[in-house]
Amino acid sequence: MNRIAIVGASLAGHAAARALRRLSYSGEIIGIGAEPHQPYDRPPLSKAFLTGGCEAADLALADDDEELDVRWRLGTPAVRLDPGNRSVVLADGEEIRADGVIVATGARARRLPHTDGLDNVHTLRTLDDAVALRAALRRAGRLVVVGAGFIGAEVASSARSLGMEVTVVEALPTPLAGPLGAEMGAACARLHGDHGVRLRTNAAVRRLAGDGTRVDAVELADGTRLPADVVLVGIGARPNVEWLAGSGLAIDDGVVTDESCATNLPGVVATGDCASSASPYAGRAVRSEHWTHAFEQPATAAATLLAGASRVTAERPAVPYFWSDQYGVRIQFAGHRTEGDAVRIVEGDPEQRSFLAVYERHGQPVAVLGMNQPKLFTRWRRQLRAASPVPTAAS
Amino acid sequence: MLQPVCPLSAIPRGEAYRWETDPPVAIFHTEQGEVFAVDDTCTHQDASLADGWLEGCEVECPLHASRFDLRTGQVDAPPAKRPIRTHRVEVTDGVVHVALSAEPPNLPPGVGMGAWTA
Repeated sequence: MNRIAIVGASLAGHAAARALRRLSYSGEIIGIGAEPHQPYDRPPLSKAFLTGGCEAADLALADDDEELDVRWRLGTPAVRLDPGNRSVVLADGEEIRADGVIVATGARARRLPHTDGLDNVHTLRTLDDAVALRAALRRAGRLVVVGAGFIGAEVASSARSLGMEVTVVEALPTPLAGPLGAEMGAACARLHGDHGVRLRTNAAVRRLAGDGTRVDAVELADGTRLPADVVLVGIGARPNVEWLAGSGLAIDDGVVTDESCATNLPGVVATGDCASSASPYAGRAVRSEHWTHAFEQPATAAATLLAGASRVTAERPAVPYFWSDQYGVRIQFAGHRTEGDAVRIVEGDPEQRSFLAVYERHGQPVAVLGMNQPKLFTRWRRQLRAASPVPTAAS
Repeated sequence: MLQPVCPLSAIPRGEAYRWETDPPVAIFHTEQGEVFAVDDTCTHQDASLADGWLEGCEVECPLHASRFDLRTGQVDAPPAKRPIRTHRVEVTDGVVHVALSAEPPNLPPGVGMGAWTA
């Protein structure tokens, strides 16, 4: 292979370039990014960046001591993958031919319908989103957050630390019930009330009330009117895969891959938030949107691409892991829970906002959640990684 | 200047002690019996290395698994890019003494500025 195109210039794209060089690939790498920025790290966008604790320059993923020799083609999204001559077509018409393609186009924030063009309704995914939200929070007193997931909770925390009046609206009965289960989701959601943030659950948004250019209140289905200077919508993400329509790549939510990131097309691998990859932990395909996944999985994608038909055996993947920092509290989760797993507190007390909970299936630990327990959490995380065989999901 | 910190017996082998100076310092007692002192805060993002995973002369950050060589402070595994500052350690009469480095620390962006203190 003499030329590899990496489509996507965020964490997964950058990690893929790094992995190719570590695997001694010395050919050309072209990195294609829709955003105009050099690859940057997103987690601080909802935390330190929003509160002014760090600036855009602090987020750069590039390491001055590490020459990756990537030709970045930034600010122009890819609009088509032509598998016949294995080329990537950009929005400005340029066609980039390559011997191999790494699809790492990530995901974008879901939006509420009919909110395009509303000045003070924000989502948070990109640096530009964060710059706009940060400026808006400086001028505002009341924030309504729609969606009590991790992004919503972190923005609520950051805004509260800036002195704003914050209300979080969640459609489900319990925030974070999907990733953490209802019991632990509720335990984490109590942080909002601890810090003077109102949390409204079972609350469907009926409409955003305003004059058509700005919103002045969020109206709930039960008639409640929540006045708002700024609205942050944190209702999940959608994979950026529309550009692959017609390429022949199998898509099911994300780009379908096996454990080694191989797609149904030779010479094309996919990784990161846009990939729906077979997971030995879940016993099915999983499209992960977590940082550590996008940081680690590209090494597998790069190895698979370079191995070509000889195919590498995928290394046992790391145990899924994510973290969230809210209100000065660190929440960490590792493993793979499913409905029906039993939860046991093995250290501390949720009421003290410091505890470690283990999720068990058939008596075996399958996941672990820590709140302000980094040391003990790390031990459990490593133990899960070492555990064998991989427990399959309850049938 | 060497400062007494704690008795070595207070740090079992394989464990670490967080010395609450400014910025905080992590003192590691390895399984092999060596003692190292480095800045406690990971150079990537705010996390305490004393809470990390000690293996040989290397510590893994509990947040993003960056690894640092405790002997040199060098980054052995990303995402951290900058080395961790090291401090001179002496154990005298069973007491760990540390001489803080005169070099500027490589603290991560935003540390000390967060509005929430855990």
